[in-house]
Amino acid sequence: MAVKRIGNRTIKFQNPPSIIGTSSIVGPKEGDGPLRSYFDLVLEDDTWGQKSFEKAEAKMQEEAIKLAIKNANLSVNDIHFLISGDLLSQIISSSYTAREIGIPYFGLYGACSTMTESMCLAAMIIEGGFADYVVCATSSHFSSAERQFRFPLEYGAQRKFSSQWTVTGAGATVLSANGQGPYITYITPGRIRDYGITDTSNMGAAMAPAAVDTLLNHFKDTGFTPMDYDLIISGDLGLIGRRIVIDMMKKEGYDLSENYTDSGIKIFDTVEQDTHAGASGCACSAVVFNGYVYKEMKKGTFNRVLVMSTGALHSTTSSLQGESIPGIAHAVTIEKSI
Amino acid sequence: MDNLTNKEYQEYVKKKVPKPDYLKNAIRAFFVGGTICLIGQIIRNSLFRFGFDEKAVATGTAIIMVFLGSLLTGLGIYDKIGKFGGAGATIPITGFANSIVASAMEYKREGYIFGVAARMFTIAGPVLVYGIGSSIVVGILYLIFTAGR
Amino acid sequence: MEYITAFIVGGLICVVGQILLDTTSLTPAHIIVTFLMIGVVLGALGLYEPIAEFAEAGATIPIPGFGYSLSKGAIEGAKSKGVIGAFEGGLESTAGATAAAVLFGYVISVVSYPKSKS
Repeated sequence: MAVKRIGNRTIKFQNPPSIIGTSSIVGPKEGDGPLRSYFDLVLEDDTWGQKSFEKAEAKMQEEAIKLAIKNANLSVNDIHFLISGDLLSQIISSSYTAREIGIPYFGLYGACSTMTESMCLAAMIIEGGFADYVVCATSSHFSSAERQFRFPLEYGAQRKFSSQWTVTGAGATVLSANGQGPYITYITPGRIRDYGITDTSNMGAAMAPAAVDTLLNHFKDTGFTPMDYDLIISGDLGLIGRRIVIDMMKKEGYDLSENYTDSGIKIFDTVEQDTHAGASGCACSAVVFNGYVYKEMKKGTFNRVLVMSTGALHSTTSSLQGESIPGIAHAVTIEKSI
Repeated sequence: MDNLTNKEYQEYVKKKVPKPDYLKNAIRAFFVGGTICLIGQIIRNSLFRFGFDEKAVATGTAIIMVFLGSLLTGLGIYDKIGKFGGAGATIPITGFANSIVASAMEYKREGYIFGVAARMFTIAGPVLVYGIGSSIVVGILYLIFTAGR
Repeated sequence: MEYITAFIVGGLICVVGQILLDTTSLTPAHIIVTFLMIGVVLGALGLYEPIAEFAEAGATIPIPGFGYSLSKGAIEGAKSKGVIGAFEGGLESTAGATAAAVLFGYVISVVSYPKSKS
């Protein structure tokens, strides 16, 4: 009997795990954006002295994990599990990072939904009594993602209007069975929604239905309304995806226009920084949550926040074969006090 | 949203995506493409002045343009020209050179055989395959159609 | 005079490509191959020759010019050497540009590194 389940697919924690430490590391472009003061470390050079962009990404993730553990006043050996993932084939950034960290590791592929996907799993592991401390982490790098999913860096192609800019950065969150909060009180894991969008330069539209599906189920299961939240923030839907979500939710009778935004819109000044429809990438929701949202919650600006990272679960092979993009969104309710 | 069909959603998304500025993009492509061809013409005329014949001039011009496209890619300038000029930068032969160098240098970390050399033709390869393949077909068709004469 | 025609004709060919890029879901690679094939076909039908004579570099520098030169070479090869010539001709007429692309492409990729965008 799963006593902690409520409604269709939401979980309500009886002993909500606490977030006791976070970290965010970003590249220079992200550091030039409007959220610069919230990040723990802004790199001046996005290769961070490494020989390849892939190595730089792994280094960012490793340093982010160490920093989050340090910010939680713990040492690496106190942590029972590392749950992480990234965009590169076979999640190499995470696995190379886990090699350096040297603790039990679960690798996830949730594309850009990895941040809240790992938080959902970590929170359940802690609630279940299987661990005291779990660290969740993810990373992405513009240059490593660009070459895997799009074109070589020096290729002279124009970016489409609906395309999004992969965030260079890494974020990590340490969850604990005990702590002073903020707490993870509810999670609503998402299911795949796929409405046949095949255009990989319009990910926001591909993922928006999954976000709407998760939001609808979350509100139905918990009885919350959008106004019960101080902030609802999705992962990387960008300008187009956000507009679709507001529109579709309105048709279902929920008004999100007041307090809903998207990490991919917050992190860049889309006009000044020429990022077209906004930002994307695993690190997008990771650094916006671990930097901006977490720090503002600590300050008391937000008391209850719904964080929902969104993922586009296609591959370069599937898109070349003309397959559509499966979208997913996992929602996590975070409250300053319980 | 349960009764939303894929088709309805795709139509709806189409309306939500802002249209590109066709006119601005076309003017930029015209300007950049035209300028590259103008540079080609300057090289062509100079080669004629050196006394090369038509065939040598055509080949020489192409070689120099390929060199310029490769060089500007290596210097990290061609992607900026491409961002501004779009098709104006990809359609001239300099864009062909750009696609070769950009792919090759990106994969250098994977070594000089499977990295640089194998990846050189990820974008440019199809041009050679379809170009050379179809030219042979054209030559043979020419023979078939002129055989009776 | 030939500078102006080269600029205008070359520019117009690129405008057609840009319109295709903006209005269809074709990638630049699709467009390059399509334009190349258009050049091959027009060249084979003898329709590209007048454009090339009129616009010179404006018609030969864009990728359809490469296709034109391939089919022109193949036809000339077929004329002089028959079937073997049909095989050799296209590559022969574009050998300079192709070889240059291989050499310069290799050398320049070896000495330079991709830069991050901002």
